Amino acid sequence: MASTLQEQFDTEAQQKDASTLGMWIFLITEVMFFGGMFTAYTVYRRAYSDAFAVASSSLNVTIGAINTAVLLVSSFTMVMAVRAAQLGQRRTLILFLVATLIFGGIFLGVKAYEWNEKFEQHHVPGPSFHLEGVPQQSHAQLFFSLYFAMTGLHALHMVIGVGIISWLIWLARQGRFTAEYNTPVDIAGLYWHFVDIIWIFLFPLLYLIDRHLPK
Amino acid sequence: MITAAVPEREDYLNVSHGLKSWLLTKDHKRIGLLYLATITLFFFLGGVFATVIRIELLTPGGGLVSSETYNKLFTMHGVTMIFFFLLPSIPAVFGNFFLPMMIGARDLAFPRINLLSWYLLVVGGLFALFAMLAGGVDTGWTFYTPYSTTYSNTWVIATALGIFVAGFSSILTGLNFIVTIHRMRAPGMTWFRMPLFVWAHYATALIQVLGTPVLAVTIVLVFCERVFHIGIFDPALGGDPVLFQHLFWFYSHPAVYIMILPAMGVVSELVSTFSRKAIFGYRIVAFSSVAIAVLGFLVWGHHMFVSGQSLFAGMAFSFLSYFVAIPSAIKVFNWTATLYKGSISYATPMLYAFGFIGLFTMGGLTGLFVAALGIDVHVTDTYFVVAHFHYIMVGGAIMGYMGGLHYWWPKMTGRMYPEGWAKLSALVIFLGFNLTFFPQFILGYLGMPRRYHTYPAEFQILHVLSTAGASVLAVGYAIPMIYFAWSLRYGKVAGANPWGATGLEWKTASPPPLHNFDKIPVVTHDAYDYSTVVGEAVEVG
Repeated sequence: MASTLQEQFDTEAQQKDASTLGMWIFLITEVMFFGGMFTAYTVYRRAYSDAFAVASSSLNVTIGAINTAVLLVSSFTMVMAVRAAQLGQRRTLILFLVATLIFGGIFLGVKAYEWNEKFEQHHVPGPSFHLEGVPQQSHAQLFFSLYFAMTGLHALHMVIGVGIISWLIWLARQGRFTAEYNTPVDIAGLYWHFVDIIWIFLFPLLYLIDRHLPK
Repeated sequence: MITAAVPEREDYLNVSHGLKSWLLTKDHKRIGLLYLATITLFFFLGGVFATVIRIELLTPGGGLVSSETYNKLFTMHGVTMIFFFLLPSIPAVFGNFFLPMMIGARDLAFPRINLLSWYLLVVGGLFALFAMLAGGVDTGWTFYTPYSTTYSNTWVIATALGIFVAGFSSILTGLNFIVTIHRMRAPGMTWFRMPLFVWAHYATALIQVLGTPVLAVTIVLVFCERVFHIGIFDPALGGDPVLFQHLFWFYSHPAVYIMILPAMGVVSELVSTFSRKAIFGYRIVAFSSVAIAVLGFLVWGHHMFVSGQSLFAGMAFSFLSYFVAIPSAIKVFNWTATLYKGSISYATPMLYAFGFIGLFTMGGLTGLFVAALGIDVHVTDTYFVVAHFHYIMVGGAIMGYMGGLHYWWPKMTGRMYPEGWAKLSALVIFLGFNLTFFPQFILGYLGMPRRYHTYPAEFQILHVLSTAGASVLAVGYAIPMIYFAWSLRYGKVAGANPWGATGLEWKTASPPPLHNFDKIPVVTHDAYDYSTVVGEAVEVG
């Protein structure tokens, strides 16, 4: 088998260590990237809390909760895939990667259904935007601008994740991963969990805030 | 056949040939040279914009270009110089080339990502270039909303996309440096044996990875606002334009330290090498780089003293801004203390180091003026601010860049540059720089606002002085372009260590072999231990 050690490294352990550290630092840049949007959300939620509460209550909590569960399960299957890779179990690895891919796909499908609903209900920012029960339409519109920007950015990360997992499946089918060399599965797992965690913050901020704001 | 060819020593330049061997290279040294060529082109482009600006300002009435064109010129000058020259300059060229060598590594941790980062800069640059050729952009390099999102009829989106893409180049470079410094050091290369250049780049990389993503998301929001008009920065829809300024300066103030910290790292190398002494207070200078990086994230609000920020926020940001002066001053004092009883030689790189120390001190001290709430209200958006940041960016960052270019040129190319011409051009640059920008302090203090192409007649004499200085400066930058090119063929062949310097990059051949060292060095001494280079050839001019 061809050596998996690149020429700038001395040992496999050093190479794996470097790749893992690189992914963690990349995830820190992602935190800062999403952080800008979370900051904007915080500013406007404080400024227009009533409009945000009404807008938030128009979202479908049941669907959001189901999607959260789907994503959490996908994180579990991803962990199992990493474990299978470490044990060198090729068939199990492929099985769990495919499962992760399916759950990721379900999440995106549900998300697409939700967005489509927004178009039908005129909840998409623009000239035909309308939300019942809000005196200042533009404030509710800001909520939905942020909703689309944040869930859109998250969905984009999911799409990239789905691409990465498909690529891992292709590599795994070729038998590229062994108990000694499985770094790509490992760091793809880090990425996948990170994208999950972003959603864990988005779900309460976007769907559940009306439940603890003064009515 | 009886004559055997003289075996040519294999180095990173002759190990492979052809365009493909450069465009697909994973060698950090070649990528450094790709960056060098790219940013030199952008420096020239930014210089052209500056030239037209200075010619326009010769006369108070403004006759050369219209107001609209003038707005585009200063915008494109700023965008080009900041995003496509200064931000990549020292890290992407010298950091790329020398950081792995200085810590005794064969390459950066992620060579392919390194190459990708160069392509991202090129693609980003092409976007920006397209915008400039298609008609330009007139928002100022700061892209303040709602002008940039609602009212400007110029190529805002193409330019912003260019900056967005180039930002990822910067992020990936920083990520690569951090991992490389953590995981790729040679045996014996402990954290406190690393050259201060490496420490400065570690601090820079922290800012690159923590700050740049915030600029990226800000550009995404500007894009959404301009294309879909979502209202996030539009007061008419309940949005807040000051939020844009917060997000923008959260990156763009630390970005100033992305430009100056690497130059400080270069100056530490130069001051030590050309006074043949260890840097005074090595550890505190190392920590001061990290301190500047950390404090740099806490001061962005000093750009917004007159933007309707609360008085309390203004006071807090003013107070915190003063703190940045402490680690900056530590560096200046410690460089000066290093000179004390040193064996000083006045080679060209050292002249640039002296230039840096003097001009950076002026830029830093005037920074205290503009960080003071009361004075800033008077000088905000005047030429005083313009002069202040040019003293930091041109007087500081570019002096450091030029010093580094002369210092490492023999290592990169294997050839010496002509010392006499180099000294002359260093002097011309220093004089030209001061003549260009010192009058701008006075102009600004007298009330000349920035970004105007007409002005009252009484300011003309100072503007003429500034334009004259810019002409001298242009000559100063042109001379090195010529003699560096000349030296590639005709320069004296440089030995492995022409300066008698201590860094690991001087312990290998010039130009270095493909994997930098024939054998990975084992480090047994502190950085700047001159007992390790006793007896080596020293050809200091």
